[in-house]
Amino acid sequence: MSKPLITEADLHAHVDAQGPLARGTEIEAHLAAHPEDAARVQAYSAQKRALQEFFNPMLDEPLPEALSQLASRPTAATAHQDKPFLRRWSLQRIAASVVLTLVSGAAGWLAHGQYQQAERMAQITPLARQAAVAHVVYSPDVRRPVEISAEHEDQLVTWLSKRLGTPVRAPKLGAQGFELVGGRLLPGNSGPVAQFMYQDASGQRLTLYVSTEIAANHDTAFRFSREGQINVFYWIDGKYGYALSAGIDKGALARVASAVYDQLDRN
Amino acid sequence: MASITSGTPPNHKLLVDSHAILTELPRLRRYARAMLGDRAAADDLVQDTLEKAWSRVNQWRAGSDLRAWLFSIMHNLRVDQLRRPGLSTSPMDDDDLEVPTRATQTDRLEVRDLESALARLPEEQREVLLLVALEELSYGQVASVLGIPAGTVMSRLSRGRERLRLILDGQQPSIPLRVVR
Repeated sequence: MSKPLITEADLHAHVDAQGPLARGTEIEAHLAAHPEDAARVQAYSAQKRALQEFFNPMLDEPLPEALSQLASRPTAATAHQDKPFLRRWSLQRIAASVVLTLVSGAAGWLAHGQYQQAERMAQITPLARQAAVAHVVYSPDVRRPVEISAEHEDQLVTWLSKRLGTPVRAPKLGAQGFELVGGRLLPGNSGPVAQFMYQDASGQRLTLYVSTEIAANHDTAFRFSREGQINVFYWIDGKYGYALSAGIDKGALARVASAVYDQLDRN
Repeated sequence: MASITSGTPPNHKLLVDSHAILTELPRLRRYARAMLGDRAAADDLVQDTLEKAWSRVNQWRAGSDLRAWLFSIMHNLRVDQLRRPGLSTSPMDDDDLEVPTRATQTDRLEVRDLESALARLPEEQREVLLLVALEELSYGQVASVLGIPAGTVMSRLSRGRERLRLILDGQQPSIPLRVVR
């Protein structure tokens, strides 16, 4: 550090050319004898130049209209506060209305059917309907359709098996033109359920919903259900309930469902 | 409502006039942009500053420094912004993060990293550094704009410059940690 003769403040004053001129010689002498201080002074001067070079171009930019208008004294009609408040408020309102639209859209979708059969509301949601809702919620998501992607299929399967408390796996549907995208854990009627998502070359998505909440231990044949635009094939195999959902036609979905059934049956 | 004819330097002894304010606008924008690192947020802050300035134009002392007055309003608005309830964070003690290292820097500064390095300075050091380096205010003006003693200006300037140097040299890779409560 510098000797008491030249203080830290002197060094900065030197960088900023703010000290008395008479001090200049003393400081130069100090810097010649103290290379570390000289290096710092040099670095600080370089910083200052770099900051100016970086930010000075803003001085030549045209001013936004909103700002140049405010250089004039506001009239009573545009008294301070009102203007920015309204602008921000309207942005917030737009954001809020988007959220409301989304929420009410989702609520409407869910309400559809539920209110048609009020007595069903007290009961558990049927497997096909749960699967269709999960499909509708997650499959349109371009950026985050799954929690764990197919790149980490081992982790995905291990994790879902652990959470469901029983082995689950993702069938291979490459022969049917669908590749695994990944999967996620979801809440079912009383506990965790799993969803695997697949996608074909055209981007068409298909989800396999796997529930282990099946109380009645009786197998069923394939059943078909249509929920809105979504076709669902579902079946019960021991304690497992499976539902395959997609917005593709019934015949194509049936072929995929057979492939899934064949693979999972060989557990 | 410009009352000064073009070509005439702004006459501070009379009134705050729009021509004088217009002259200061680019500087206010540059400083806000450097402080906040975000163009839109910076223009919002400048706008708030102008509105506040007009709302308290009677408090402006004729003959005093208009630029310093505007920067001071902006500083106070910024302080209010930071005080607004959000996620409660408390900065860790500055000295915890000082890394004693030998100077090995070259004259080369990576300008691309300048903004992110600047963003890593504590707010109070950044504002002093920018008022001195960009606005080229005197230390006394900085003290009056920020409402802090001259000694504090110097210590913040010294710490800010040294920290920026270390960051730009890649000698202080740690991001200033904040404790979330």
